[in-house]
Amino acid sequence: MDFAFSEQQDELRAGVRTVLDAECTPEALRTFAMADEAARAELAAGRWAVLAELGAPALVVPEAAGGLGLSDVDLVCVLEEAGRACLPETLLETAALAAPTLAALLPDPTAAAALDALVRDDAVVAVGGLDVTATGITSPTDVRPDGMLRTPRVSGVRDAAILLLACRDDDSGWQLHAVPASSCTAEPTPALSTARDLSTVHWPLSSETLLAYGVAAEAAATLLAERAAAGSAALLVGLAERMLTITAHYAKERHQFGKPIGSFQAVKHHLANARVALEFARPAVYRAAWSLATAQPTLSHDASMAKAMASDAAELAARVALQVHGAIGYTWECDLHFFLKETWALSRAWGDAATHRRLVLAHTLAS
Amino acid sequence: MRCQTAPRRTLARRRLLCQIRSAMDLSFSPEHEAFRAEARTWLDAHVPADPLPSFDTAEGFEAHRAWERTMYEDRWSVVSWPVEYGGRDLGIFEWLVFEEEYHRARAPKRVSQNGVFLLAPTMLEYGTEAQKARYLPPMASGEEIWCQGWSEPDAGSDLAGIRSRASRNAAGDGWVLNGQKTWASRGAFAEWCFGIFRTDPEAERHRGLTYFLVAMDSPGITVRPIPQIDGETGFAEIFFDNVEVPDDQVLGEVGAGWSVAMATAGSERGLSLRSPARYTEVADRLLSLYASRGGPTASTDAVALAHMHAEAYALHTYWTATKVSRGGAVGAEASCNKIFWSETDLAIHTAALDLLGPEAELLHSGAPGEWLDGYLFSLAGPIYAGTNEIQRNVVAERLLGLPR
Repeated sequence: MDFAFSEQQDELRAGVRTVLDAECTPEALRTFAMADEAARAELAAGRWAVLAELGAPALVVPEAAGGLGLSDVDLVCVLEEAGRACLPETLLETAALAAPTLAALLPDPTAAAALDALVRDDAVVAVGGLDVTATGITSPTDVRPDGMLRTPRVSGVRDAAILLLACRDDDSGWQLHAVPASSCTAEPTPALSTARDLSTVHWPLSSETLLAYGVAAEAAATLLAERAAAGSAALLVGLAERMLTITAHYAKERHQFGKPIGSFQAVKHHLANARVALEFARPAVYRAAWSLATAQPTLSHDASMAKAMASDAAELAARVALQVHGAIGYTWECDLHFFLKETWALSRAWGDAATHRRLVLAHTLAS
Repeated sequence: MRCQTAPRRTLARRRLLCQIRSAMDLSFSPEHEAFRAEARTWLDAHVPADPLPSFDTAEGFEAHRAWERTMYEDRWSVVSWPVEYGGRDLGIFEWLVFEEEYHRARAPKRVSQNGVFLLAPTMLEYGTEAQKARYLPPMASGEEIWCQGWSEPDAGSDLAGIRSRASRNAAGDGWVLNGQKTWASRGAFAEWCFGIFRTDPEAERHRGLTYFLVAMDSPGITVRPIPQIDGETGFAEIFFDNVEVPDDQVLGEVGAGWSVAMATAGSERGLSLRSPARYTEVADRLLSLYASRGGPTASTDAVALAHMHAEAYALHTYWTATKVSRGGAVGAEASCNKIFWSETDLAIHTAALDLLGPEAELLHSGAPGEWLDGYLFSLAGPIYAGTNEIQRNVVAERLLGLPR
């Protein structure tokens, strides 16, 4: 039993924080939010190059495939920092979902080509076609009259060279595809958080893009959903910590009745409740990362528990942060809304807290 | 688009990052598992088949004392203590493993818990060698059972407002205690009491307090048991009327009682009083109850939440225990613990009563009645060991840096 990060992992975290503190400031988030699509793509490409130079996208890709060969426990440190910075780029999709999914499918040539682009060309990979429900994974992908497949809410299309897409029908079961962006058409579907990049994608079904089908595809999609739950949970604890830091600072600065509002117990107790929720969500998130890294038989349960705990903790932090800020927190001028909106999105993406609680219960009763 | 002149800096940095390897490990070692098996074997052979009567009755108190003696004889009563005082000198993870097995076996509640889990960690830190040799072995064997004399009628959450006082005796070789303590768990039957008294009435509130060890059969002590919400005498008031206490029954420095007491409070809120096994075991029973009711009900989400929180408390304890085993301190995070375990306990029992529905109010013996008892006890959790409101102040002030 040694439930802690290594010194090197702490250093990795600190290094990523230093980079993101410089590259992903609230001013940068504001500039990004106010930019048009073309300008956003340019800003995103600049930040992605910095992340790629750090090695972040290929962190968990085996060294033999050109990656860093690190583990999900290393990756969770990076994701938590990305959440803390409210990073708009799709690090979760590329580094935590696509990279290990593709690596696990090697030596399949389609997977190898996609992974090669991710590792050597710093390609962004968008992910879609997979939803998490209380009874398991489903695919929102459907077939259009023109024969093309349509997948809503694909994440990261704007910057992507490749789209990792899932579909399912009752006859042939699950399929997983790596589709070049050039063969898709995408309609952006703007979301409340400008750090989200969601599109409805029309794509052709082709054997050339097929990564896996049937049982293998279902297993890969299930694992991908577990990775998504664990990874988004890491982003959420980073967001929760940031919102608490911002709000505690504000509660010390803002005076009413001649005192800092943070000296009032009503305010203290709101913030303490959020701090407690974060304190107990974190180990659940780190445990899920360890279960991923070591392929624990309890992974499904552990990933769902991480997402349920982290979604609750971040939702509470967001609620408290806005209430303690008062009217100023409700303005565009205050930085807080970037973190609030990303929290509201991620707490529901890949299964909300109640959905994952049902999954935790089902896995526990089944074991 | 990628720059084709692969910058050497990147490669160097990637190579540096490649040195990182995960050291995290959440599995227990073979040695820990061997210890677990040993504990399980012993508990299976020795845990009384029928539950003992409540330790808040005279008969139950003695039955629980006998159980402490049984454990002590085979060195299971205080596994983490030094060998010379009756322990096995084991680390924090062995203690957690033992606790998991202890609760899994549904072994009796620890009548000596005030001494073993609250006073002992403080005594091991602040006690003299003579004090440790005198008090720890009979504490470990159950021969001497301790109660806590902290709260007073006018000093609960505001513990520093205590008025019970200690003054020097006429001979100058000891102290004379006067005043009143209340809510002393096990106070009706205990042999000893540890408590804080004001030794310097002129000093600022948190200073001028001293930590005393007092024999409950000392002349001048009167005990008045207080029936609790369930009618049993779980705690007592203790009146001190010119109680003589020798100098060697002061724990720590005279006037340093507050910091010595806070060390005990840290244990109480932190790791040693409430091991996670206590909650994971009840949460597992909640899940069995849920399964026996045949699938989803209106309480499904509450059951899932309660079970998950019990497990989250265990994970957090492993996290903290790793930090402690590497020489770190628990600190104000202990206040987070106290809030979380007490609310988790309440959530587990509330969910169970909701599952029992109209049966929940029945006092019959057996499993449903046990849930009702547990519910009543869990309601005390957010109150004792420093109310959760006080803990929230501590979290806000010490962890978030908010002004007092």
